[in-house]
Amino acid sequence: MSIMTYRQALHDTLRAEMLRDQNVFLMGEEIGVFDGSYKITAGLLAEFGEKRVRDTPIAEEGFTGAAIGAAMLGLRPVVEIMTINFSLLALDQIVNHAAKIYGMFGGQAKVPLVIRTPGGGGQQLGATHSQNIELYYAFVPGMKVVAPSTPADAKALLLAAIRDDDPVLFLENLSLYNTKGEVPDDDTPAEIGKAAVTREGRDITLIGYSRMAHVASQVAEQLAASDGLDIEVIDLRSLRPLDRGTLIESVKKTHAAVVLEDDWLTYGIGAEIAATISDGAFDYLDAPVRRVAMAEVPLPYSKPLETAALPSADDVIGAIRQTLDAVGHRRR
Amino acid sequence: MNTPRAATPSGAAHGQHLLTQMLRVRRLEEKCVELYSAAKIRGFLHVYIGEEAVAAGIMATLDPEDAVVATYREHGHALLKGVSAGSILAEMYGFQQGCCRGRGGSMHLFDAATRFYGGNAIVAGGLPLAIGLALADKMAGRSRVTVCFFGEGAAAEGEFHESLNLAALWQLPVLFCCENNLYAMGTALSRSESQTDLAVKAAAYEIPAWPVDGMDVLAVEEAARRAVDAVRGGGGPHFLELRTYRFRAHSMYDPERYRDKAEVARWIERDPIDLLRATLEGAGRLSEAEWAKMQRDVDAEVSAAVEFAEAGSVEPVDELLRFVYSEIRSP
Repeated sequence: MSIMTYRQALHDTLRAEMLRDQNVFLMGEEIGVFDGSYKITAGLLAEFGEKRVRDTPIAEEGFTGAAIGAAMLGLRPVVEIMTINFSLLALDQIVNHAAKIYGMFGGQAKVPLVIRTPGGGGQQLGATHSQNIELYYAFVPGMKVVAPSTPADAKALLLAAIRDDDPVLFLENLSLYNTKGEVPDDDTPAEIGKAAVTREGRDITLIGYSRMAHVASQVAEQLAASDGLDIEVIDLRSLRPLDRGTLIESVKKTHAAVVLEDDWLTYGIGAEIAATISDGAFDYLDAPVRRVAMAEVPLPYSKPLETAALPSADDVIGAIRQTLDAVGHRRR
Repeated sequence: MNTPRAATPSGAAHGQHLLTQMLRVRRLEEKCVELYSAAKIRGFLHVYIGEEAVAAGIMATLDPEDAVVATYREHGHALLKGVSAGSILAEMYGFQQGCCRGRGGSMHLFDAATRFYGGNAIVAGGLPLAIGLALADKMAGRSRVTVCFFGEGAAAEGEFHESLNLAALWQLPVLFCCENNLYAMGTALSRSESQTDLAVKAAAYEIPAWPVDGMDVLAVEEAARRAVDAVRGGGGPHFLELRTYRFRAHSMYDPERYRDKAEVARWIERDPIDLLRATLEGAGRLSEAEWAKMQRDVDAEVSAAVEFAEAGSVEPVDELLRFVYSEIRSP
């Protein structure tokens, strides 16, 4: 076990996988000479050379498609898209090709592709550079979408993504790169599609992923201390496949849930989770599932406006109190 | 066209081979049209009738290990790359005996065994994939060529430009084959491109490029041989603009208000099959009897393909959810 940052865990895992498997190679903007926009790939060009650490022009559709073609012949490309906002320029290749090739052609060609890309607002980067649009990909059968929140999961999920035979969108988060945590030394991949119950409790279930998994844990600790609440926290870790079983089992125990999401409310991941709980645990619910999400605006640059738009711990606490009030009314 | 052309086929057998290949595509697609009208085939059906010299001339220069990436007008490319007429027709019937188990249909033919990589139905969507296939071959040190077919309409898409740039930048073994049939669906080239000389676009990326008379299979073959040899020899990507014409509608039916009948008739006078047949007969390399036998053989192949497809069956509905994710993990 070592203590390291989320960034370091990603870097070390990429390096270890490149050493383990000659078919693993990296492509993306500024990953080589520049050492990576967020320094995840720092030093890898010097170690592995231009063939396996391939700098690309600003051509997301072109190089993502090239990675898909290479993957069809058995290579295992790991593409870095500088931020998830720019993945929109590769949407045709991801949605119409990567996600379809295996099924549409009757299982003749696999696409073992990983697209690593960070999302996240809160850095005053404005509307085009602050989005969390992973649900676009989680919507598509054929894609897998994973979102680690801790350094340990950054490692275990990246190992799993690289070794997976299907296309995986690997969501990172700008605000998590410098966070630290314990990382196991062994190379055990996570199981893609398994959520983690990161805190057990009986009063209410908080559900989040990526940055919002941390907000959920912080709020749970805070309300344990201030109100004596016993809150269960689930870190989804994977958006597709979605671990519906863990969500349903938790709500059967707690009878209430609040979903935290770092994107817009309407048609969002919270809606999918609320529907999942409604389907699987309707008779156990003592209150409607509440969602805490971003304000429905293009994210403003101005700091006070940006802060007001993003979901906060206070918003979560408010939603928990409203939910527990409703539970109380029902139980009276 | 000022493209140099082979004076005559290298031999009667070779000339007859090219003629047979074009005829196989023509007759198969004529049958497809008939089967579509009989509602045996559904969805969209885009036939290649009139453009056969392009696929036939280029495929004649490829090794089995070379890869082909094509568009939604790809029945001929699939057939000439080695996919059987039966599995192509069965695919169009939606049957599990089809090359993609009936999950692809006419626009999404694919056969990994013959290195036929689709059937890519998004305009220009195949170009990035093709450079990726070529990248993998180059990284592995394999002496293979990837041939990527697309229409001139693709030149308006960003994927075209990104792919040409990447292919040239990384010197990838790709032959770009632009099938310029003058109309992107109903939009004439001059109504969609500021620069209508497509070879100029490729040349802007430092890719050797030249136009070819796409109705003359011998000219196509000669140009393709030159380009394929250069690509295989490490000369980086090459680009051919194949000037051709679609005799039929864009898909099965369209009102064809975008072109006049006289123009269509002028192009049909240069039917690639008639042209080669006349050349061969004029040179004494194709007798009446040989032509008659060629037609009988091709008709027999098509009839057998129809029989194969007719005997097919749909994949059971309880298999619906298969093939979303890979079923057998790589070691």
